[in-house]
Amino acid sequence: MIFLKLILTNLLRHRIRSLISVAGIAFSVAAMLTVVTILQGAIGMFSSILSNDSEMIVFERDVSDLFFSNVPGDAAAEIGRLGMVAHASPVLFGIVSSEGHPIITCFGVTAADARIQKAAWLQGDRASFAKHDDDVVLGTRAAEFLSAKLGSQVQIGHASFHVVGVLKTANGFEDGGVFMPLASAQSFFHKQGTSSVITIKLRNKEDAAAFKSMIKAKYPNLIALEDEEFTRSYSQFRILKATAWAVGGCGLLLGGLGVANTMIMSVFTRIREIAILRVNGFSQAQIGGVIFGESAVVSVFGALTGLLVGSCFLYALKLIPALDGYVDPAIHPLLMLVVLLLALLTGIAGALYPAVYAMRIRAVEALRFE
Amino acid sequence: MRHATEGKERGRIVLRAENLWKSYDEGTVTVLKGVNCEVFEGQTVALCGPSGCGKSTLLHLFGGLDWPDSGLVLVNGVEVNRRSNLLRLLRHEVGFVFQLHNLIPDLTLEENCLIPTVAAGIDRRVARERLLELTERTGLSHRLGHRIQKLSGGERQRTALCRALMNRPKILLADEPTGSLDEQASKAIFDLLLDLVATEGATLLMATHDRNLAGRCDRLVEMHDGKIHEHAYAG
Repeated sequence: MIFLKLILTNLLRHRIRSLISVAGIAFSVAAMLTVVTILQGAIGMFSSILSNDSEMIVFERDVSDLFFSNVPGDAAAEIGRLGMVAHASPVLFGIVSSEGHPIITCFGVTAADARIQKAAWLQGDRASFAKHDDDVVLGTRAAEFLSAKLGSQVQIGHASFHVVGVLKTANGFEDGGVFMPLASAQSFFHKQGTSSVITIKLRNKEDAAAFKSMIKAKYPNLIALEDEEFTRSYSQFRILKATAWAVGGCGLLLGGLGVANTMIMSVFTRIREIAILRVNGFSQAQIGGVIFGESAVVSVFGALTGLLVGSCFLYALKLIPALDGYVDPAIHPLLMLVVLLLALLTGIAGALYPAVYAMRIRAVEALRFE
Repeated sequence: MRHATEGKERGRIVLRAENLWKSYDEGTVTVLKGVNCEVFEGQTVALCGPSGCGKSTLLHLFGGLDWPDSGLVLVNGVEVNRRSNLLRLLRHEVGFVFQLHNLIPDLTLEENCLIPTVAAGIDRRVARERLLELTERTGLSHRLGHRIQKLSGGERQRTALCRALMNRPKILLADEPTGSLDEQASKAIFDLLLDLVATEGATLLMATHDRNLAGRCDRLVEMHDGKIHEHAYAG
């Protein structure tokens, strides 16, 4: 109890300073949590586009970005006819801009695609999709920002399209996207006869390894990956994740410097007190324990506050209509644990020098310290 | 007590300094110049001398708070070594009382007194029993939950005395323990100090300027210019 009191006493003695340190860690944690969660959410959404009613994806080997992937149409047809494949859906991704909207994601899909068949159609009907080359279906958010509805003409890129439906999906990217018939998209993006990926649903999931081997043998330029495998290995996702952790880490580093500053001040203002403890038999380890304990309390409080602030911020983002579907405020428990541990480690690292300094204080000199 | 002095002198040596040299400021100020000294078990010894003569330094060396440039410091026959036995020395063998009470102001009297027991890992129940015993004897039992700021100067020094004795050390090193108190409080504290030392069976080595207090000790050791010049028995 006294050990704990020694830790808390100093924090309570300098309340403002302690609060600033807690706030430093809290904002760092909140920033890390927000950035990582948003990016992981974005990755999850993009993954879910690919895994819509499928468990595998086939794309061009060694491309850095799926937007640059070209899968020949005949390959898609052949793969679709394989006995182990329940269905194969070629999807062409493209990005266009329209006035006031620099980025609109386009999906070139067939009428049989799960995105078209399983979405909730708010306007129009499924049967009308892909009847004409200039027909498009809009996600609800895309319809909103393009101010379009069923029957409207919308300008997308250099062409004008006729809106034959508005559909609602849970995925922010899809909801803010434009669905074109595959052939129209191939023409529009000058990628005749190709798609970006083929999403595959197997009749039997256990055939995944055999399917991958077959693709590798028959189509050396293509690669087949299971969805989870793709999410793990796709370089763009890895770059995004690394960026998120790097940005969050920088925030945490700043928080750690705040803790270091606080702990240095804490040690400098209680040199005499530390000497008293030493004279009364406290070992260097026990002195270090008091200093590390202080920083641990700051870090844990900061991390918990940061989790709370970060969660509130993510929920607030979700409530913004323009971001609906783009932000998933659910924080993964593992992420919480990692962030808490990182905050704790940051606090401990911040207390390292002050603790060593405190442990080296010579009682006889410090007792003369006023 | 004086009658017992001779007997005590024939007893076991608990503190011994052999040719101690100590200097500060990279050797420019030499404080101890070949000090030799012995203190016997159960003695009360006053260390007198002008300011800067090395009294506090000698106490610090005996308590392991500082290290000599050369010479030997032995406590209970064991050389004080900065690595092996320092913690044992501070936790169990010596207790310190300073001129300034050196209590932690934000803690209560009780918490301050329990610090040595926390350091030594003494069972809480045992520590609390000892605390109650000492505070009863020093008249502080009604102040246990009070913060140090709320205590008078005399009460603070009595608290420091309790803390020094918490782990039942057999040697008490006191550096001007009454130096910051008025005459009346000073006498009261010193009476208490002698009483506690006697009942605990401890040895007292006390640096003081107060000749009256020094005269009540078993032995008076004079220091001057870093040397022990004479060993005069009180009275």
